[in-house]
Amino acid sequence: MASLDDLKKRISSVKSTQKITKAMKMVAASKLRRAQESAEKGRPYSDKMNNIIINLSNSISDKENSPKLLAGSGEDKVHLCIVMTSDRGLCGGFNTNIIKKAKSYFQKILDGRKILKIITVGSKGYDQLKRTYKDSIIEKISFKESKYANYFDADKVGKIIIDKFEKKEFDVCTIFYNQFKNVITQIPQEQQIIPLKTSETDRNSSEDNYEFEPEEDEILSNLLPKNISTQIFKAMLENSASEQGSRMSAMDNATRNAGEMVDKLTIQYNRSRQAAITKELIEIISGAESL
Amino acid sequence: MSEGFKLEIVNPESSFLSKEGVSEVVVPAFEGDMGILKDHISIISFLKPGLVRIFEGSNEETYYVDDGIVEFKNNCLSILTSNIFDIKKMDKNVARNVLAKAEQDTQKNDISDQAKYLLDQKIEVLKNLTLN
Repeated sequence: MASLDDLKKRISSVKSTQKITKAMKMVAASKLRRAQESAEKGRPYSDKMNNIIINLSNSISDKENSPKLLAGSGEDKVHLCIVMTSDRGLCGGFNTNIIKKAKSYFQKILDGRKILKIITVGSKGYDQLKRTYKDSIIEKISFKESKYANYFDADKVGKIIIDKFEKKEFDVCTIFYNQFKNVITQIPQEQQIIPLKTSETDRNSSEDNYEFEPEEDEILSNLLPKNISTQIFKAMLENSASEQGSRMSAMDNATRNAGEMVDKLTIQYNRSRQAAITKELIEIISGAESL
Repeated sequence: MSEGFKLEIVNPESSFLSKEGVSEVVVPAFEGDMGILKDHISIISFLKPGLVRIFEGSNEETYYVDDGIVEFKNNCLSILTSNIFDIKKMDKNVARNVLAKAEQDTQKNDISDQAKYLLDQKIEVLKNLTLN
């Protein structure tokens, strides 16, 4: 049994851990509000962009010659995966969930005897993937310096992707991120951005005839690179909201657990203190009796 | 029948402006300025750097945009842009900085003709702005 002193030390150490987790929870909560706001504000832009592209791709007459970013390179050999994670830890299952989702996708690709290339955004993803997929990781990007997700960073990632696509370094590009649903639920997502996937239901919903100025192809070839940056930006916004949400609930749990632990240890401490007193009393009494 | 149409301006960070009952919007489309009135045919076009003018009754508002896409459909005009400023609230110094950056960019040799054209447009508009 641990001595009284040890127990005392333990209690105070758990208490100071609890203080830290509590503070982290508060910080995450205030950051979350901001991140959530910007994630919600950013949605109209990416939704509208998506709509326009769907409308455009519907009205394009010459599907064969449509831009490569929309139609793909015609092959399905090299897959590029953008795994977007956080730069900081202590956020519950946030990073693990994305990695899990990504890993099962990687396995599918490797089983299909295709070539896998990975770009990690955020240092945590790189740390977790480098053990198994070190050779596949072609680039790691991290935005530790920027406090909040901003479009400029997203544009940088988008440019890297487009650059690699134009050099024919990959055929299909998929991004992995967490979609923010609410504070306790974040859904890991995989989204294919090159070639662009438009679901059938979306196609049927818009049958309008548009007038274009300049021509469809020209608009599309200008719009598609922008769309990639926009999608990345959306993913970054969703990710940062998810990260804070996940951290907040993780830290909330940690604080509660620390509280329980302090209670348990305090009971144990009191019991052993009581036992020590009783033991001393017995010693005194039996000493007095023997006289 | 209502007087005007709906206007929405969004940038990646947020929804910048949303208005009902706008009577006319003039946008700097890629192939020349374009005025859009109610019941215009559905259209999608690009913006070059320039001024967006919004008329609402006798009111007029002017914004500067760097680039963007416009979509008009069912009497709803959406403008997607990455950079937009209200002319009245615009800081002259900010404008000057953007102008200086653009002027630097035109000096580079490796830019395409199209990019150069856009930059020239930008410089011209910004020069006008900073002079006033």
